[in-house]
Amino acid sequence: MTAQPLRFFSFAAPSRFYALAGRLLPLFWVMAVVLSAIGLYIGFFVAPTDATQGDAYRIIFIHVPAAWMSMLLYLVMAFWAGIGWAFNARTAAMVARAIAPTGAMFTFLALWTGAFWGKPTWGTYWVWDARITTELILLFLYLGYIALVNAIDDVKRADQAGALLAIVGSVNVPIIYFSVAAVSLKNKSAKISTTAAPKMASTMLAAMLIMTFAFWAYAFAVVFMRTRTLLIERESHTAWVAQVVERKIPG
Amino acid sequence: MSWNSAAEFFAMGGYGLYVWSSYGVTAALMLAEPLLARQRHGQALREAEAQTFTRETE
Amino acid sequence: MTRSVFMTVLRRDLKLASRRRIDALLPLAFFMVALSLFPLGVGPEPKTLQEIAPGIVWVCALLASMLSVNALFNGDLADGSLEQMLLAPTSSIALAAAKAAAHWLLTGLPLIVATPLAGLMFGMSAPAIAALALGLTLGTPILSLLGTLGAALTLGLRSGGMLLILIVLPLATPALIFGAGAVGMVEAGLSASGHFSLLGALLICSLIGAPVATAAALRISTE
Repeated sequence: MTAQPLRFFSFAAPSRFYALAGRLLPLFWVMAVVLSAIGLYIGFFVAPTDATQGDAYRIIFIHVPAAWMSMLLYLVMAFWAGIGWAFNARTAAMVARAIAPTGAMFTFLALWTGAFWGKPTWGTYWVWDARITTELILLFLYLGYIALVNAIDDVKRADQAGALLAIVGSVNVPIIYFSVAAVSLKNKSAKISTTAAPKMASTMLAAMLIMTFAFWAYAFAVVFMRTRTLLIERESHTAWVAQVVERKIPG
Repeated sequence: MSWNSAAEFFAMGGYGLYVWSSYGVTAALMLAEPLLARQRHGQALREAEAQTFTRETE
Repeated sequence: MTRSVFMTVLRRDLKLASRRRIDALLPLAFFMVALSLFPLGVGPEPKTLQEIAPGIVWVCALLASMLSVNALFNGDLADGSLEQMLLAPTSSIALAAAKAAAHWLLTGLPLIVATPLAGLMFGMSAPAIAALALGLTLGTPILSLLGTLGAALTLGLRSGGMLLILIVLPLATPALIFGAGAVGMVEAGLSASGHFSLLGALLICSLIGAPVATAAALRISTE
């Protein structure tokens, strides 16, 4: 009975997590590549040209997944950072740190692809509506987190300070969204309805969803890679790391 | 969806610049990120190796 | 017990500030100087100035607050009194609240008083200036509370100032949006009560949440 929860938490042990993550990596990469291939195939060779937006709408197959990932990863990052703080769990804290750069990247991609979707579709690269503004602030939140944890030399303090900042940020994101939305609603200045995606043919939706899963697999892969690196860097004085290293030295 | 030629595919109905700028940057970043991560991992292993070596030879 | 901690720390900070009056006035001076850069940079066209005024006043208030919040804990950290205060069996939340209050009294309050002057600089109408002042009255405490949290997180770091601004600015964005937006509403002849209510709600949330988070941050930064 008690063996079950023990088994789960035992993967929190650095050496076990390192090994497990290492075994799962190829699986995630394969998933990412295969799902991307399928998603892009459907997106470019099955989904029809849109009546209003032409072929420019095909950007949504990476824009929407990137945006979803950027928000999801922030919450996941805050979650694991919080776990690391609450339970003094080193591995959880490392996972959180490993997520940040990928989250920031997806946020940037969401903004970049959004701008290139916006220009041909609504005539402008940028508009200060609720979603885009929140996405931009999200980028700053990621950058702030990264800057903070990198500025603090003491690892434990850095992890904990980062956790606090990430949690405060999570609370703040919906507030920012609603504040911008509330103000633009009052001003009625948002003439552009940037939430209007093309009327979704089922093939379009399918491609978008598959690409989301592809990005998700990719994120797992990269985050696990980074976590493994952090494990080596932080635990370099331990016996298990010595063993890992020795396996690399022939003879 | 059938494209009549490769040229048509790349033109994307006149929106080629926008579509390929988006996909291009996305692909570039999603290739660079894991490569950088792998590089850093190799470095970490090398440094850990050096540490282990110095400890063993002490 | 909590109340006396609050008052003790608050009185101490105000007293220390009164011994360095020039330093205490720096945020206000920065505020005025930064404000006056805009008519110089943007041009004296009255309509333009009126349009951009609310946003600019808020941004300058934000920056002035952030620049002065940096030094909030530095003195106490340097001479060891911060650790003493945290070690003592008294509420660190009260300490955090007192620090934020001291910051607001020293930085926020002067900014509010200077608002009419700022408004005149940009040719704002009297109702607009009033809306601006009310917004800042609700908003500057939020900035002080958030700034104190930022200062606690970046305690003793070399890159402190810039890092602090990078961290706090996203958090302060809603207040900025509502505060500047309220003035826009008044200038358009509409009611800004919605904006002010939301700003008030933000203030209440900050009052409840920020000192707790700051206390946690202080513990993290000094352990």
